[in-house]
Amino acid sequence: MSMNRRQFLKLASASTVLGVGGASVISNIGRGNLEAAQIHPDPRALKAKRWGFVVDVSKLSTDEDYQKCVNACHDIHNVPNNPNPRHEVKWIWRDTYEHTFPNTAEDKIMNKELQEKNFLLFCNHCQNPACVRVCPTKATFKRASDGIVMQDMHRCIGCRFCMAACPFGARSFNYTDPRPNIKVENKTFPTRMIGVVEKCTACYERLAIGQQPACAEASSGAIVFGDLDDPNSEVRKLIAEKYTIRRKPELGTQPSIYYVIGGGEHA
Amino acid sequence: MLEKALSGSNRYWAWIFFLLAVIGVGCIAYWKQLNEGLGITGLSRDVSWGLYIGQFTFLVGVAASAVMLVIPYYLHDFKKFSKIVILGEFLAVSAVIMCVLFIMADMGQPMRVANILLHPTPGSIVFWDVVVLNGYLLLNLIIGWTTLGADRKGVRPPDWVKPLIYLSVPWAVSIHTVTAFLYAGIPGRHFWLTAVMAARFLASAFAGGPALLIILALLVRKFSKFDPGTEAIQAIGKIVTYAMFANVFLLGLEFFTAFYSNIPGHMHPFHYLYVGIDGHTKMVPLMWLSSILAVVALAILVFPHLRRNESILAFACIALFSSLWIDKGFGLIIGGFVPNMFEGITEYWPTFLETLITAGVWATGFLILTVLYKVAIAVREEDTAVEH
Amino acid sequence: MYNSGKIIAGLAVFFILATLPFLLNLGKANAKIEPSIDTPEINAMPVKHCVEPKAFMRSEHMQLLNTWRDEVVRNGNRIYVGSDGNEYGISLQNGCMKCHSNKKEFCDKCHNYMAVVPYCWSCHIAPKENKS
Ligand code: SF4
Ligand code: SF4
Ligand code: SF4
Repeated sequence: MSMNRRQFLKLASASTVLGVGGASVISNIGRGNLEAAQIHPDPRALKAKRWGFVVDVSKLSTDEDYQKCVNACHDIHNVPNNPNPRHEVKWIWRDTYEHTFPNTAEDKIMNKELQEKNFLLFCNHCQNPACVRVCPTKATFKRASDGIVMQDMHRCIGCRFCMAACPFGARSFNYTDPRPNIKVENKTFPTRMIGVVEKCTACYERLAIGQQPACAEASSGAIVFGDLDDPNSEVRKLIAEKYTIRRKPELGTQPSIYYVIGGGEHA
Repeated sequence: MLEKALSGSNRYWAWIFFLLAVIGVGCIAYWKQLNEGLGITGLSRDVSWGLYIGQFTFLVGVAASAVMLVIPYYLHDFKKFSKIVILGEFLAVSAVIMCVLFIMADMGQPMRVANILLHPTPGSIVFWDVVVLNGYLLLNLIIGWTTLGADRKGVRPPDWVKPLIYLSVPWAVSIHTVTAFLYAGIPGRHFWLTAVMAARFLASAFAGGPALLIILALLVRKFSKFDPGTEAIQAIGKIVTYAMFANVFLLGLEFFTAFYSNIPGHMHPFHYLYVGIDGHTKMVPLMWLSSILAVVALAILVFPHLRRNESILAFACIALFSSLWIDKGFGLIIGGFVPNMFEGITEYWPTFLETLITAGVWATGFLILTVLYKVAIAVREEDTAVEH
Repeated sequence: MYNSGKIIAGLAVFFILATLPFLLNLGKANAKIEPSIDTPEINAMPVKHCVEPKAFMRSEHMQLLNTWRDEVVRNGNRIYVGSDGNEYGISLQNGCMKCHSNKKEFCDKCHNYMAVVPYCWSCHIAPKENKS
């Protein structure tokens, strides 16, 4: 038996509790848009105007401190562990001072402790992201509601313009099929496919159900997540109290990760 | 008119089948890339564009260079170009097609390319590049085909092509400007972040494209009864010379700014390309080869009496073309990615398969070029036969 | 010019011929194949129902999924209110496939018959199935 759409819509309008409204609601789907009444966020979702992070590296010292943040992210997001370093995929990683702040690395007589410090690097969710500006399909885009720079892996055509444009090396391309390199799959989260770009998505899937980003949760307080637009948020208080720096601020992308370096009162 | 491409000498067919064979091999390599991903190339997380995008950039220049014939002929009524201008237009057509193929080859998900049109994003330079490149392809196809068709019947081209021809002039400039904007607007890639990028692109295009055209014109004369005109070739030689000087001058400006300002980020790509950094020297021989070829070509071209000897001219043009092919089709892209965003070095070198795919695209371009030239030459040969 | 007219007409004819199989298939979205809904999860439901009535899901699920995908990824909307008034969490892996845990008998059967290969499963992890 086959039923064409029009017949069905009539039927739906007769039977649904919403009456005629139901029919128009359903016919909207075919056109690719839903009415507000039909779809909404999870009420548990965390909200902010501009999400951001404060990473206090004085609270990170052992390999373990760094690794547990990285693993927290990579495990739940099915980030492949590619044996070929040229094809490496990473959302968050540990790197040296020199690599994190390359424009200050020429200083040969700087503080030894700082020079030897390691950092946690991930997408800065920049306020003026270069990656978004160049993307020809809006596969990477800035969420108007909370400032997260999202990556729509369904839409990405793999042109890698965003990789050329991101000044922070935050993006990875799937040069090979990622699946064979995912040791344990998280069955509740997708993987990616060959030929698309991926990066940290600020755990949008966790924020949507009221959870903190996984790296922040695993960091024992070294990574604090919050609303940079809210003067009373914890991140803003930290930024007000401590000396913080951002990566390559001179490029004007306005990164939303602030690094606290000085141990001082923490040590 | 297309039927004219279907009859030819044995040599013609041998050439066609050779190209088809190269295309076939390229297709097999591409099939592998399609299935296994761009991992079969030499690209990496740090150097995420390479040979494909370099060739694309270079060929946009070749395409744009047709304007160097169109301007004198149509705008200044420079009659000597009457026969050769069609060669320029058809060269543009095949160059643009190669550009499109290289972009497709570089794409991680080529099946989704329509997303560029389904979700048009005017803020992205790629969007404009797609628009201007396709427009340019269409313009040159229409102009070339119509003028040739009119020629065949011995009538003047219809009036409606005139505005299209005029339009093609700024349009040619636009394709290369927009292509330069792909690079020149990116924060943090010091090698590319330069206001003279578009100007340099145009200068190198107006040297490299016409140089190729001279080589092609000489070949056409050798293998057919059609003579594009000695004086036309000489005039183009002059264009090549001026444009190449402009290009080298602009490159000199880049060196000055990078090294006199002494800003590390601006100097490092030049260091990497010309002397290597920390033992990473893969690009060094190539870049020096490019520089030497450029000097040799200029040293020949600058003397009119040397230029007038067609074999010397051909040699200079080959040297110049190769120099630019290395510089723009390869060095330009790699210099943007090395050192990477962390001031680390990951080197790039194309793989065998990547090279096969690249060769396949070039062969496709040459096949289209051969067919179009065959038609043009056949029409022109008929003309001469009728006249005499 | 006369030729170019003919060539364009020729190209148009060629294009139509080449796409004919697709054109003829347009609107023939109703397969004769019946996908199986025999899964423990569905059998356990007191009243068997999906997020929308069966006929709608059958013909429109691709549009619905497309819309859902964009709503979740791009607008952060994760709750769908069906025309039955119930709320459903939107998720292919954690929603749809929780009930339809028999991808082979449910999705693939029709898709194979229709010779369509949706790329959902290149990324989304299909439920573990015993065999077959
Ligand atoms: S860090 Fe890079 S990828 Fe992330 S928002 Fe900024 S520019 Fe985009
Ligand atoms: S690779 Fe994907 S996300 Fe990046 S610019 Fe291209 S389409 Fe956009
Ligand atoms: S915010 Fe989430 S996605 Fe981003 S690095 Fe942390 S855990 Fe990974």
